[in-house]
Amino acid sequence: MTIPLPPSRGPMTGADLEGPESGAFEESERGLSLWRGAWHRLRRNPTAIIGALIVLAFVIIALAAPLLTQYEPGSAQWSGQVTPTSVPGPSAEHLLGLDRFGSDLYTQLIFGARQSLIYGVVSTAIGLTVGSLLGILAGGLGGWVDTAIMRVVDIMLSIPSLLLAVSIAAVLGQNAYSVMIAIGAAQVPIFARLLRGSMLSQNKSDYVLAANSLGIRRSRIITGHVVPNSIGPTIVQATLNLATAIIEVAALSFLGLGESDPAVAEWGRMLVAAQDRFDAAPQLAILPGAAIAITALGFTLFGEALREALDPRTRR
Amino acid sequence: MLRFVLRRLALMVPVLVGLSILLFAWVRALPGDPARALLGQRATPEGIARVNEVYGFNEPVLQQYLIYVKALLTGDFGRSIKTGQPVLESFVEKFPATLELGLTALILAVIFGVPMGYYAARHQGRFLDTAIVSGSLLGVVTPVFFLAILLKLVFANWLGWLPTSLRQDPRIDATHVTNFYVLDGILTQEWDAAWDAMVHLVLPAVALATIPLAIIVRITRASVADVINEDYVRTAESKGLSSRVVSRRHVLRNALLPVVTTIGLQAGLLFSGAVLTETVFSFNGIGQFLFAAIGGRDYPVLQGFILFIALIYALINLLVDVLYGVIDPRVRVS
Amino acid sequence: MSEEVLSTGSHTPDSSGSEPLLSVKDLSVTFGLRGKRAVRAVDEVSFDIRPGEHFGLVGESGSGKSVTSLAIMGLLPKRGVKVGGEVKYAGRSLLDLSKKKMSEIRGRDIAMVFQDPMTSLNPVVPIGTQLGEILERHFGLRKQESRDRSGDLLSRVGIPDPVRRLKEYPHQLSGGMRQRVLIAMALACEPRLLIADEPTTALDVTIQAQVLELLKELVADTDAALLMITHDLGVVAGLCDKVTVMYGGRIVEAADRDTLFEEPKHPYTGGLLESIPRLDTPRGVPLKPIPGSPTQMLPWSEGCAFAPRCHNRLDVCMTDPPHLEPVGDRRLRCHNPLSADESAEVVSL
Repeated sequence: MTIPLPPSRGPMTGADLEGPESGAFEESERGLSLWRGAWHRLRRNPTAIIGALIVLAFVIIALAAPLLTQYEPGSAQWSGQVTPTSVPGPSAEHLLGLDRFGSDLYTQLIFGARQSLIYGVVSTAIGLTVGSLLGILAGGLGGWVDTAIMRVVDIMLSIPSLLLAVSIAAVLGQNAYSVMIAIGAAQVPIFARLLRGSMLSQNKSDYVLAANSLGIRRSRIITGHVVPNSIGPTIVQATLNLATAIIEVAALSFLGLGESDPAVAEWGRMLVAAQDRFDAAPQLAILPGAAIAITALGFTLFGEALREALDPRTRR
Repeated sequence: MLRFVLRRLALMVPVLVGLSILLFAWVRALPGDPARALLGQRATPEGIARVNEVYGFNEPVLQQYLIYVKALLTGDFGRSIKTGQPVLESFVEKFPATLELGLTALILAVIFGVPMGYYAARHQGRFLDTAIVSGSLLGVVTPVFFLAILLKLVFANWLGWLPTSLRQDPRIDATHVTNFYVLDGILTQEWDAAWDAMVHLVLPAVALATIPLAIIVRITRASVADVINEDYVRTAESKGLSSRVVSRRHVLRNALLPVVTTIGLQAGLLFSGAVLTETVFSFNGIGQFLFAAIGGRDYPVLQGFILFIALIYALINLLVDVLYGVIDPRVRVS
Repeated sequence: MSEEVLSTGSHTPDSSGSEPLLSVKDLSVTFGLRGKRAVRAVDEVSFDIRPGEHFGLVGESGSGKSVTSLAIMGLLPKRGVKVGGEVKYAGRSLLDLSKKKMSEIRGRDIAMVFQDPMTSLNPVVPIGTQLGEILERHFGLRKQESRDRSGDLLSRVGIPDPVRRLKEYPHQLSGGMRQRVLIAMALACEPRLLIADEPTTALDVTIQAQVLELLKELVADTDAALLMITHDLGVVAGLCDKVTVMYGGRIVEAADRDTLFEEPKHPYTGGLLESIPRLDTPRGVPLKPIPGSPTQMLPWSEGCAFAPRCHNRLDVCMTDPPHLEPVGDRRLRCHNPLSADESAEVVSL
């Protein structure tokens, strides 16, 4: 049989292109080019750009809120202008008119973005930190630690995440922290599973074997090689989870949990309040609802584009 | 197959046990005295003493847990603080409504979602594909309660085409057998009742179905796009089979596997979505009841309902796994 | 070449029918997705296959041989692919046929055996169904009849206990058995032309020989014509009457098997033959691969694609693409073919 001609073995399966696991020590090198390659792909991807723009707009609005409006949130100063059948619409002093309590609608929306950002980021951060730690422990230590942690994760996943968040929030009381902790807790299982899976699949990979055989300590292997390789999928998941978190925050407000101080503007609560004035002022419901949807859309678009950009198997 | 089911059921047990422990701890973690929390506003010293005795709050923790478990096993899930009705009873009473709503939403999501996803995959890059993909993206990010409010306000309040709330017009004197209102109407041949119930289902079901629909479209599209490039589809075409046979037996049967898995996960979304949707439409199911319980801090109800929901969710996923095993023979071996 | 290799696979094709069964004229396949440059995977490919003839199409990966076969079968994707030229089966032009008409021919008149038995069978459908559906489609057989016939087919390809296998799924069979199933599927309707695309490449060496034997036998039984696509000259030597060698999407040499093996004229063919390790090579003699790699290719529009790797290269080869010309009883595309001595050297070593 001929030697030098490689027999064509048919289409390359996904196994051939398995990401960071295959290959030996150029891992860190490969990692760098992975990010650079991802950046290139992102730049040319229109959905990524749209997503990124939305996210950027959202973050800027949220952070710069006090600068973007002259009014205080939740002031209800002009409640006199609101009647049971009419809510003032856009005018010279009020860009979008008033809400049903007499606060400036535009201000409420802007500050609502701030609330959503804070809640979203904090809760996702909680979920990511706690979850990743658990996942790394489970995957890295194995044995009963793994079993125990996974049982807890299974239990947390046994109920829909919103209900999980609701139960936790109900216990922790009616304030902002309980919402953030609750939603954060609901995200823990997702990150735990992600990191554990990443740990396990990399445990089997050649480069870990090689590092091991060279006598490099396990903890070093984990922190030096395995964790950096897991960063990509984790960031993707965090971005996507932010979208979910923002929606869940609004949902919890809708259900009456969370921040009860009417001075704090929050999109979910604005939706609740808008229901019975819909005939007179549909914008009271449409605007906050659309805000939630668009913000979540931005994070989702970007997160998915990021996932595609980081995946070495993208088909294009 | 039987062994597979039994093994899965066995695996469910530790999870449920764990959950019950968590719920048990949860009541005790509540701010204030657990007895007081359980009784709520109607707490009187005698009442508290009695609750303490019944639940054993004065006993060591292990004892308390055993009392709790015994109660669970005998079907005693406590009573609602507000209504005094046994929690189990309330659940059984209201669950058919949510099941009816959830099933309708799921059926809608599948019936529309799969063909749309398939179509989008077969016509990738063309206009309709882009439209479908964009639409499904919007569907995923739109909060269900926002959609519910919008639908209600537009189609019920403004246009008046559909009812704004409830499961059935209270003026219709309907006989209820199973508590599935549409089914009841059919069984008792009260066609007006059946029709009315169906009409009341439309808006809540559409609102609830949107997110699952969007997810199913996306997964179907991705899956079909993958499968179409597989070698065995090429083999099927090389055999000269009709395109209908190729798409049904070779493409879809493989492409639908991930969709089936996802349906199990959707059940969870449907439950949480139900809480929000039923509230908006005053639809008398467990969702709305749960909403009231949250607001009223009706802990026995919360505790019991969550346990039930977990059980049902686990059973649904088991069912889905079995279904998967029926379709994919490779799984059965394990 | 030792006599043994030449004399095995003696097969006299039925040359009585003058009408070729398959006639390929100037076939070209161009791949061009939006934004990417168009790639000519196959160009100026012409050959005929007579009824009952065994035809070998040889080349390495990327030579365009598989694409050629897919183009004949009409299995190339519609988007981003342009097929030019003419493909005639029994006088009918295949490239113009509607999807429906083409599907009647596929499986029934022309059938194909693919390379990878692992991925070429539907994992969630029983073997019996995958066999039976061909019979039901082309012959209208009913369930019971097709089941019986499928069982027969399985035994014919040498699968023991066929009745049980019918109900089994692909993952329950070994690689060699799966390939036999694929062969059974291809021969189910006794097609007049069987296209085999590297049918043994994905198999273990020991199984390869068995499967090839099986193919030879079945094709002989049904008097089908065979288009064998492979990179392996050994396979071709034992099986085919005519051999065509492709490189970079074009035919570089085409002749009868004996002619080609006794006196290869194209340097690429010579290189292929020379690189085959032989049992009678004395120890210590190094193997002779073709230098360079297939990626070092000159586009045919600029010169001879093989020139960068060719030891017979002339200056004109790098600037002027050679044409496929009849030279004696063969076709050759070369500015500087092997001389008789060089040829003999290749063959004798």
